[in-house]
Amino acid sequence: MSVDQATVKRVARLARLKVKDEDVPRLAGELNAILGWIEQLNEVEVSGVEPLTSVVTMKMKMRQDVVTDGNCPSKIVANAPAQEDDFFMVPKVVE
Amino acid sequence: MSALTSLTIAAARDGLRKKSFSALELTNAYLAAMEKARGLNAYVVETPDKARAMASASDQRLARGEARPLEGIPLGIKDLFATEGVHTQACSHVLSGFKPPYESTVSANLWRDGAVMLGKLNMDEFAMGSSNETSYYGNVINPWKRRNSNAALVPGGSSGGSAAAVAAHICAAATATDTGGSIRQPAAFTGTVGIKPTYGRCSRWGIVAFASSLDQAGPIARDVRDAAIMLKSMASVDPRDTTSVDMPVPDYEAAVGRPVKGLRVGLPREYRVDGMPVEIDALWQKGAQWLKEQGAEVVEISLPHTKYALPAYYIVAPAEASSNLARYDGVRYGLRVPGDDIVDMYENSRAAGFGREVQRRILIGTYVLSAGYYDAHYVRAQKVRTLIKRDFDQAWDKVDVVLTPATPSPTFAPGEITDPVQMYLNDIFTVTVNMAGLPGIAVPAGLSSDGLPLGLQLVGKPFDEETLFRAASAIEQSAGHYVATPWW
Repeated sequence: MSVDQATVKRVARLARLKVKDEDVPRLAGELNAILGWIEQLNEVEVSGVEPLTSVVTMKMKMRQDVVTDGNCPSKIVANAPAQEDDFFMVPKVVE
Repeated sequence: MSALTSLTIAAARDGLRKKSFSALELTNAYLAAMEKARGLNAYVVETPDKARAMASASDQRLARGEARPLEGIPLGIKDLFATEGVHTQACSHVLSGFKPPYESTVSANLWRDGAVMLGKLNMDEFAMGSSNETSYYGNVINPWKRRNSNAALVPGGSSGGSAAAVAAHICAAATATDTGGSIRQPAAFTGTVGIKPTYGRCSRWGIVAFASSLDQAGPIARDVRDAAIMLKSMASVDPRDTTSVDMPVPDYEAAVGRPVKGLRVGLPREYRVDGMPVEIDALWQKGAQWLKEQGAEVVEISLPHTKYALPAYYIVAPAEASSNLARYDGVRYGLRVPGDDIVDMYENSRAAGFGREVQRRILIGTYVLSAGYYDAHYVRAQKVRTLIKRDFDQAWDKVDVVLTPATPSPTFAPGEITDPVQMYLNDIFTVTVNMAGLPGIAVPAGLSSDGLPLGLQLVGKPFDEETLFRAASAIEQSAGHYVATPWW
């Protein structure tokens, strides 16, 4: 398993991280070192083993489907870098 | 005033109730000590006005004889916990300016019990690090130094600010969190006590998420009793966290000092790793000897999948992190860096806001979750996790508690470890516990040849924190306490 520079760019795009071209070789090297080390998991016999979904054996909690919170739009947008009339402001998306 | 900051929570609690001093005097002593210790960079924000107001309220309660369990006890809060109206940034640039309009359940529990907030503590960015070198707010300096050396050392991480502040006596105790060892490793590096409770014991509500299936809150304190007092208040059943478990919170303090006669202690042979320093192995054997002398029964056990815990962690934790950190998009909170269009704005904001280690983990996580790799990496890692948990489940037939070293080495200097994988190996003894969701406590057990604190770890059955406090206090009784000599 080896991550090439095109894969680094593709993954960075998926992760919405802008990566400068000059940083791509360094990142590819770092990711390969980590993934190479992780590869030792291939030694483990996992056939017939269920993947772990919860460390604690408990039944999923259910609650009444009712409104318990809300009516505080100004609190919700209070930390936004740009807001107007209790809306989050973003760059134009639709022409 | 400095004598007041040398008191444990238990001693301060007694002093406050006897009116030997007031809560305001105690808080003022800590605020003065914090000012003198700013060179440690343990606090990213001090909240003196809030602290004094809370202390005064505590004094009124004490005067009326209505003291609550932590009345007037000054605490530091890791920057990962949301504190209403107060800087909460997980020590990341991406959360610049964020002040939550709500309080985390754990910190709210502490204020409900009368504690006083001194400020927010430094940490590795988003709790990703083992040396507190990834914080946007700079390194934390360990109050401990090597014998005959002036060189600065790291306090461990990610709860480096919490551990350093407790060791330097600039808070009575601190909140911390542990995803792969972030409570226990810094506790071991600073001669303090840190417990990661069972997954589900403390609510995760209002704690900035890193890896949700592994994250747990816990305290760092000066001794085992104080850690027990803290955990009693921090733990709760919370309807706002569906993974919070419906079980009453026991009186942990009552377990401190309980005899260990007849306790079955397991030493897992797989923890004797290649290249482990002789003094770590010797400390481990000494710890077993102490427990044996107090009547415990020590047996060797096997946890065969131990070596796979760390590589499996570095799939599961980054995968969950890449998903949790998707929310930092420059729209709802924190940093926004403009771009040509909305996607460009997202990418610019995240590139400028996240540090190198966080970006590395987001990329790893995105990669292992991406199409074609999910089964080979993520599903396989979750299967390995099942095997790690099974190892422990089988061990519990033979033993009540497992004893291991807390870390493979004492602390080190900033910049000494630059290779990410080498840094990750710091958590080799602690991470299995998170993967299996178990409780683990780090307790100081001695000093290295150059005078640095070393810790032992005890691992318990799910929700059996009481046995951990009981066994840890037995080790503490034999090992004694370790206090850094002030130079700051």
